[in-house]
Amino acid sequence: MAPGNHDSEGAMTTAGGWVCVDGNEAAALVAHRLSEVVAIYPITPASAMGELADAWSAAGRPNLWGQVPEVVELQSEAGAAGVLHGAVLKGALATTFTASQGLLLMIPNMFKIAGELTPTVIHVAARTVATHALSIFGDHSDVMAARPTGWAMLASSSVQEAHDMAAVAHAATLASRVPFLHFFDGFRTSHEVAKIQPLADDDLRALVGDHDLRAHRDRGLSPDRPQLRGSAQNPDVFFQAREAVNPFYAAVPEVVEAKLDELAARTGRRYRLVDYEGAPDAERVLLLMGSGAGAATEAVAAMTAAGEKVGLVTVRLYRPFPAEALAAALPETARRVAVLDRTKEPGAAGEPLYQDVVTTLAERAAAGGAPMPLVVGGRYGLASKEFTPAMAKAVLDALAAERPRNHFTVGIADDVSHTSLPVDASFSTEDADGLRAVFFGLGSDGTVGANKTSVKIVGEGTDLFTQGYFEYDSKKSGSVTVSHLRMAARPIRSTYLIGRGQANFVACHQFHFLDRMDVLGRAAPGATFLLNSPWPADQVWDRLPVEVQREVIDKRLDLWVVDAARVARDAGMGHRINTVMQPCFFALSGVLPREQAVAAIKRWVEKAFARRGEEVVARNFAAIDGALGALRRVEVPNEATATRHRRPTVSEEAPDFVKRVTARMLEGNGDLLPVSALPVDGAFPTGTAKWEKRSLAAEIPIWDPAICIDCGKCAIVCPHSTIRMKVFGPEALDGAPDGFESKDFRSRDLPGMKLTIQVAPDDCTGCGVCVEVCPAHSKQEVKHKAINMTPVDEFLERERARWDFFLEIPELDRDRMAPDNVKGSQVRTPLFEFSGACAGCGETQYLKLISQLFGDRLLVANATGCSSIYGGNLPTTPWTVNAEGRGPAWANSLFEDNAEFGLGIRLAADRLRARARQLLERLAPQVGEELARGILGADQHGEAEVAAQRQRVAELRERLAGVDGDGSDAHDARELEGLADELVRRSVWIVGGDGWAYDIGSGGVDAVLASGQDVNLLVLDTEVYSNTGGQSSKATPRGAVAKFAARGKPTSKKDLGMLAMAYGNVYVAHVAVGASDMQTVKALLEAEAWPGPSLVIAYSTCIAHGFDMEGSMAHMRDAVRSGHWPLYRYHPDAERPFQLDSKPPTQPLREFAATEARFAILARTAPREFERLMGLAEQDARERWRYYEQLAGLSRTAPHLPPDPLSAFGPSEEASP
Amino acid sequence: MTPDLRTRYLGLELRSPLVASASPLTGELDGLRRLQDAGAAAAVLPSLFEEQLTHDQVELDRLLETTSEHVGEAQSYFPELEDYNTGPFAYLQRIEQAKRAVAIPVIASLNGVTPGGWVRHAERMQDAGADALELNLYSVATDPRVGATELEARYLELVAAVRAAVTVPLAVKLSPFFTALANIAVRIVEAGADGLVLFNRFYQPDLDLDSLDVVPRLVLSTSEELRLPLRWIAILRGQVRASLAATTGVHTGLDAAKVLLAGADVAMMTSALLRHGPGHVRTVERELTAILAEREYDSVAQLRGSMSRSSMPDPAGFERANYMRTLMSWSSHAQVSPGQAATADPTG
Repeated sequence: MAPGNHDSEGAMTTAGGWVCVDGNEAAALVAHRLSEVVAIYPITPASAMGELADAWSAAGRPNLWGQVPEVVELQSEAGAAGVLHGAVLKGALATTFTASQGLLLMIPNMFKIAGELTPTVIHVAARTVATHALSIFGDHSDVMAARPTGWAMLASSSVQEAHDMAAVAHAATLASRVPFLHFFDGFRTSHEVAKIQPLADDDLRALVGDHDLRAHRDRGLSPDRPQLRGSAQNPDVFFQAREAVNPFYAAVPEVVEAKLDELAARTGRRYRLVDYEGAPDAERVLLLMGSGAGAATEAVAAMTAAGEKVGLVTVRLYRPFPAEALAAALPETARRVAVLDRTKEPGAAGEPLYQDVVTTLAERAAAGGAPMPLVVGGRYGLASKEFTPAMAKAVLDALAAERPRNHFTVGIADDVSHTSLPVDASFSTEDADGLRAVFFGLGSDGTVGANKTSVKIVGEGTDLFTQGYFEYDSKKSGSVTVSHLRMAARPIRSTYLIGRGQANFVACHQFHFLDRMDVLGRAAPGATFLLNSPWPADQVWDRLPVEVQREVIDKRLDLWVVDAARVARDAGMGHRINTVMQPCFFALSGVLPREQAVAAIKRWVEKAFARRGEEVVARNFAAIDGALGALRRVEVPNEATATRHRRPTVSEEAPDFVKRVTARMLEGNGDLLPVSALPVDGAFPTGTAKWEKRSLAAEIPIWDPAICIDCGKCAIVCPHSTIRMKVFGPEALDGAPDGFESKDFRSRDLPGMKLTIQVAPDDCTGCGVCVEVCPAHSKQEVKHKAINMTPVDEFLERERARWDFFLEIPELDRDRMAPDNVKGSQVRTPLFEFSGACAGCGETQYLKLISQLFGDRLLVANATGCSSIYGGNLPTTPWTVNAEGRGPAWANSLFEDNAEFGLGIRLAADRLRARARQLLERLAPQVGEELARGILGADQHGEAEVAAQRQRVAELRERLAGVDGDGSDAHDARELEGLADELVRRSVWIVGGDGWAYDIGSGGVDAVLASGQDVNLLVLDTEVYSNTGGQSSKATPRGAVAKFAARGKPTSKKDLGMLAMAYGNVYVAHVAVGASDMQTVKALLEAEAWPGPSLVIAYSTCIAHGFDMEGSMAHMRDAVRSGHWPLYRYHPDAERPFQLDSKPPTQPLREFAATEARFAILARTAPREFERLMGLAEQDARERWRYYEQLAGLSRTAPHLPPDPLSAFGPSEEASP
Repeated sequence: MTPDLRTRYLGLELRSPLVASASPLTGELDGLRRLQDAGAAAAVLPSLFEEQLTHDQVELDRLLETTSEHVGEAQSYFPELEDYNTGPFAYLQRIEQAKRAVAIPVIASLNGVTPGGWVRHAERMQDAGADALELNLYSVATDPRVGATELEARYLELVAAVRAAVTVPLAVKLSPFFTALANIAVRIVEAGADGLVLFNRFYQPDLDLDSLDVVPRLVLSTSEELRLPLRWIAILRGQVRASLAATTGVHTGLDAAKVLLAGADVAMMTSALLRHGPGHVRTVERELTAILAEREYDSVAQLRGSMSRSSMPDPAGFERANYMRTLMSWSSHAQVSPGQAATADPTG
């Protein structure tokens, strides 16, 4: 029930009442009301704040002064910060939202904004800054990186605080003139749904002083009272001027305190700059800031109740550091203080908060104040690592040691530097009376949405307090979600997951999870277990794996089943079981009386779904009514009788690392891995996705060789590389399993060969794209094709055996079939397989293709985005190796710098090769002139030439081994041995989405295209920010609805290809594999062969386009037919460089638009706007075509260096003959 | 003297018997205005298809649901909008706008699926200001388990249910594919219909040999197709106490005159207007006037039904004669039948 996500219509009108919102919404509810300009850019986990602000403004929701805030999306966070700077300098109220790398991009402007004493607020959902790896999860490394900017920093530790402190930040910045960074923990707070009391408009009015506002406006830039801002200053005055701001910083704590007092007076919610809880005479004190305070509070309360003299200091105002308030908050009795930092600063004397506290207390002592307590510092919770009351207790316990450990960690097992504290996992502070429910669901089955709704139904409809927190795995298809819900009579401050043995309600929304994961580990003894089961109550027991049976018996679980799939189907809800499972949860948990619960769910459905239509409401009602009638209790026998075991996580044949490390992550036990298990530098093995057998598909494609026409289309379009094509000699069939299918391969050049098309049954997502594109129909029955979706159960074992055998068939010698066509490309083994991309993804085909064509010499620089997530998000990676162990080397730097990063890789490869050539020149007499000349003069344009070069390099290695001794030759030989592989051509591909290439990385893309270097840029253009949830980019076409463009994007798509062509020496191609697979293959080959920069812009269908992804390729075809996406190639060396590869549009653009929700929604919601924008979009398409047609007739010469990469090197090359 | 073209249809006083049937033209305000300007006496709006509405709602919901909350980074992929306008409201708004835009009666057309849907949408159309409703009882009876009796009973129930729910005049548009058309026509009128529209002309699918797909094809009618409604209007005139509208094959003033002679109260046009534009109504009216004047009819009222089956000396003309003649022509000429080459001679 997704509409509930951000549904808080009543938030402002029900002041005094309660609403259930997440931290992002809590902050945005204030920020939007207190702003005039909102500059936004999407970044996880802060995107939702910008989305909400945009949606509210689009819907005409006014700010406190009756104006609708102007929300503007920029090309990057740096751009947003620029707008922010300009807006506040002009005297408007402005804000932005960000996190992590985004905040880092704002830093230059933050220095300026603070230096100019300009009030504004940035709301930060604090997130890890990428180091050895990217992480979307929460810690304070980003805000800590912004410490020196001169911004005040205010930390929130709960959803309620994210709301309250947002208001305090906006009010205090106006009063103090110091800009405020308001932060709360990413995911833990930003995505936790909790029951809060919202601030009314009057509360905000009381906090934000009119006088402060007027003063801000009066300082704004105006030609009526001109000023110069941002001067350049010389050594004579800069220093003094910099010191002039001091009084303003000195005043901040007092200003904030006054606002907190005002807030307390109006709401009764009392916060201080630094808060203290615990024993008044505490001797051991824990100090931290952020969401960890919730867990720590519980621990301190439990320990104090047990008579221990412990306490907790929570810092709210972090900058300017409130030294006096800290000293005042800390009990005089405190002898030992442990400071916890949610960040790591390698090489520092200690983490930032620790250093601040040490300095503050030392200064106090030095000034004759209270004596210096013993202060230790430690790290916790990096990247949303769990922080529990047990861990807080562990820290306080450790303080009691004679010599407490300093610079410790808590929450991990550090067996390398031995920093970690021992934790007593059995310590729990869970409310004995509260409900703790855990739900296992699929990303697509609506479990999370339904649970958010449940939190709201109970939270907003009863006196109970509620909390929802949601875990997602890293996959985009078949992702598993775990929902953690708490409901209790007392306020909930449990900022951690429901732990092992703690849940008194467990629901498993997908039966097959029982075979894959430990669903019942979190169940408490006597808990209720609700299972969505296709088997009736009297048969289900025998279907359970023995591990589950044992746990049900041992914990005396109360087992209930419902065939939710059937109820949902009968109600016309398709696969959406959430509306069935939710009433069952209410019925069994008893959190509300059954009738009341059903009525409440229906009210919610009505409220949330009425806007989608009465039929939707009616079907949901039918599912709710059907649910309770289908719920059955299972009689649990006394003994486990099953012989079936849960499937092993990975095969026994997996490499050691996969078994030791990857498998633990796959099981959901990555938290248990010790430090020593992990690579020190973030370098992981590739080829791991194949060990993760996800078995997602209900139906898989089965091949019928009698009908197949050998075209290879099924293989080239498969987004997950699970349909493979091999051509081989008949002898390869020796030992084939019974009925292994093959057919004669139709080829004059390769007579007598066989062909097999085979599916990987456990890796297929069942998206159906292959079947959709298969052009071969049975003559007798048109619906029967050469490949047909078939229920997996019928064929699973058979296809597994066939797949295993298929893998053993050797790949056809690469020089026997040219790669420049579909078949030739598809007989090459993909070195990109089984990604976790969305089923039917339209990006992955291109990556698979480059891996097939150039995989063994491929270096990939991958921009952050979908492709970096399905490409590089642990546990596994789809990038893999060939039989020789060669394969793509893949790296992700950032979102914004990918082109430059790839250029760096290119330059380095070139320099290393140049050095290798120099050494080879020198060693030519030793290794043989002929061999040396052969290597140095090798033409490596084609597959065969590259293979020949590899052989020569192998020969070189052998001969180098013979060059021994202590002389300089031997020294050179050793160096050349290390570099010899660099003599084989390297193919550098710079890959990313349109958000990178069109927006945030645009400047770098331009610089790299201008460099003239031999790099290939592949833009997977989904025309929207896919990874962060469909925000508009400059690639978004006119008239498409996207986030940040809810009324349709008013401007046309940027013509990136045309910009690149302007350089003249850049190879450019516009491709769409579903429209012309042949042109796509040719373009990729040409791009790679072109020794200068190449840019391939690949049309990539995406779930954000809004259609059934099974038809992915047909949509690509129609995009081309309608003129939305013309196909072309621009070859700088051709006399007429621009070649149009598609025919003039034959399909009306609006016919294409009508098939995609991104356009069609606008036709419904704003018909007139749709007409206007679609009319312009049609003109765009016509005009583009007309322009391209003219270009196709033009001849052009672009002066450039000779197109020979082997001679385009530096001085060492010039020296060679 | 200019003949009096006025007629009554569903109790509505019309300036002429020429009515614009449902088409893209009547779906746009500009089209409606032009039709009115050309003299159309009333207009039937394009049908509201309940099935389409349901489909759109369910699909939109499925799309939004299956793409929401599926990964941690994206809680959804589309902006949450205040309203998706998936309901009948755009259609209802069109009725309101049409009523404001033109003075001629506006007849709303409904193609329902569920009994509840028929009634609900009919009530809404009435509330939106429709002067009358046309129920489009169109379904292809593909289920071999559902017999004619059951199907007809369902139709009758629907008409009765809608009749009970609304007070505006109600027309029912029928297909010609009933075994006992006269019987069902009478029963539908008994169930509450104020008028019958003959006939619904189905879009018939075609096959594409290249794509091996079934493709929808819109083929505009010709005057040749007039004869089917002509016959049945002649047969029903005097046998049912309801207004009769002829649609399908009315292209010229002559066509209009023929259906009026057979007993129609109005002649409805779609294909002719799509082919020639809204102004064609004026041409047809001119032709009709000329025909009436030439033959000294005073009014449409005088003409109407004068050649209906019950008004004819030999009613069997509508029952058998054509049949006999067709047989004769079949045996004497190499007629072209569907799928057969024009040159083939069946007699060898």
